[in-house]
Amino acid sequence: MNRYGPRTFALEIAFVVLGVVALFPIYILVTVAFKSPPAVAESTLAPPPELYLENFITAWTEADLLAALVQTAFITALSVAGLVALGSAAAYGLVRGAGRMHRLLLLFITLGITVPIQLGMVPLYQLMRDLHLLQTPWSVIIFSVGSQLPITVFLYSGFLAVQSREYEEAARVDGANGFQTFSRIVFPLLRPITGTVIILSSIHVWNDFLTPLLYLSGSDARTLTVAIFSFRGEFATQWGIVFAGILIAIIPVVTLFFLLQKYVIKGFASGLKG
Amino acid sequence: MTTSVAPAPPQPRAESPAFRGPTGRRKGRRTGFLWFALPAIVLYVLVVVYPTLSGAALAFTDSKGGRSADFIGLQNFVRLANDPAALASIVNTVVLTVSLVVVQTIVALMLALGLHQRLRTRGILRTVFFLPFILPSLIVGVLWQFLYSPDGPIDSVLDSVGLGFLAPLWLGDSSIALWSVIVALIWQNVGFSMVVYLAGLEQIPGELYEAAAIDGASGWRTFWNVTRPLLGPATTINLTLTMVGALKIFDQIFVMTNGGPGYATDVLSLVTYRQSFVLGNWGYGSAIALVLAMIVAAAAFVQLWLRGKVEVDR
Repeated sequence: MNRYGPRTFALEIAFVVLGVVALFPIYILVTVAFKSPPAVAESTLAPPPELYLENFITAWTEADLLAALVQTAFITALSVAGLVALGSAAAYGLVRGAGRMHRLLLLFITLGITVPIQLGMVPLYQLMRDLHLLQTPWSVIIFSVGSQLPITVFLYSGFLAVQSREYEEAARVDGANGFQTFSRIVFPLLRPITGTVIILSSIHVWNDFLTPLLYLSGSDARTLTVAIFSFRGEFATQWGIVFAGILIAIIPVVTLFFLLQKYVIKGFASGLKG
Repeated sequence: MTTSVAPAPPQPRAESPAFRGPTGRRKGRRTGFLWFALPAIVLYVLVVVYPTLSGAALAFTDSKGGRSADFIGLQNFVRLANDPAALASIVNTVVLTVSLVVVQTIVALMLALGLHQRLRTRGILRTVFFLPFILPSLIVGVLWQFLYSPDGPIDSVLDSVGLGFLAPLWLGDSSIALWSVIVALIWQNVGFSMVVYLAGLEQIPGELYEAAAIDGASGWRTFWNVTRPLLGPATTINLTLTMVGALKIFDQIFVMTNGGPGYATDVLSLVTYRQSFVLGNWGYGSAIALVLAMIVAAAAFVQLWLRGKVEVDR
């Protein structure tokens, strides 16, 4: 099982072929973005005959992507910060509290993973309207943090339950209060799972479409997905321009993923121990 | 092994000595811990619990978005039972969810088992299979709409191997469209399930495999008796998250087909959105969402029951 024999080689070949198939849509996305309209009409498969950058210039200026980029980054950064702070603190309180009440509350929050958001969509829209938060990024941030808390608390509590509490007790003995113990001792120890939470929630918030479409419509504060959506309506058949816009929109989150990808499996591995 | 529908919240450990002591003090400590959870609970109730409950209440009214709404009992549900669009979307939602849960979980398990071996390309292949998961669903929809377009990339590939005559209207033929959508969804999400399985595989101690090898167990027996049971928690997480995710799918279908042709790819999340936010039928839209929630609860219950059976059989 540990040797690299002919069977492993055959498996490797099969998996490389599968990998090529899985990359095919990405290949199309990237190559079409660099093709002129006649080149796309000529062949959708061939690599770009020349690097046609016009698409990116058109997409950047026409879709007002800079404003959307700033808006999306703002919403994502605040939502993720909120999730990390509230989620880790809640998991700490509920796992370490160790009472019946704490266990019930933990179950109450993690059950939220299975609640379909559609049922609450209308009342929440009314609530945001009554709070005068519609058409402001705060509505999207509040929604993103609240709706992602269940999975975040689940990940943090799974990690915490298998961590030793020796350091915390030592800190307590040394006279640290509850908040100091959490912020100076526990939170730094949560780093691996915080990496997972940051990746998963950044992907989720950055990529969300329906929430900003509902809450921000009618304002200039569009997010990237909403900008791409209306942009696609405008340039329906000019795939080169649409795909160039898409590439610009996904570069930040793809970069973040490559920076933090080692945490993805690690974080889940620790979550599974629970 | 603990099993439950929602991924099991970890059991807090037994109390350690530092938490014993005079009752009053212990109680004080415990209540102190609750303060850490308070902000999260308040926000969770505000954004998830309260809207969900009032959405359920709205389902029994004729609300059209104004301030006034009357209680109309089960009328919305009677209307739903006679609405061919809503009924088609219920069937599609179930077909889509079951197919995704079954196919995506099996493919993810196979990918994870392969990429857990010492392949030279395993690092890069893990990234390749996970990559689509980080794309916005909206963009996955736009991309696959182009891939499936007549004479688009997929048809061109079929042409180049002489199978062009086989190419159907991927998104335009009502007998195929839902399956085309399902393929795109699996492409997008299988990498996530794979990572959960890879994490599960990394938890299995290597000694167990060595012991199995010494006992002369075949590859299949080793999988069935060692790997499979120990992947139980990963499977529970995958089934739950894939199911819940499948029932919520909106963006990709909204962009690719918007439910068409006819009702061929219409799902409950699209119908809910259309009724509530396009047509302004808040009461009826909420009734459809309530049906969706009940399907989730039923599916979760079935899963719990099946897991219970598996546990007993073992």
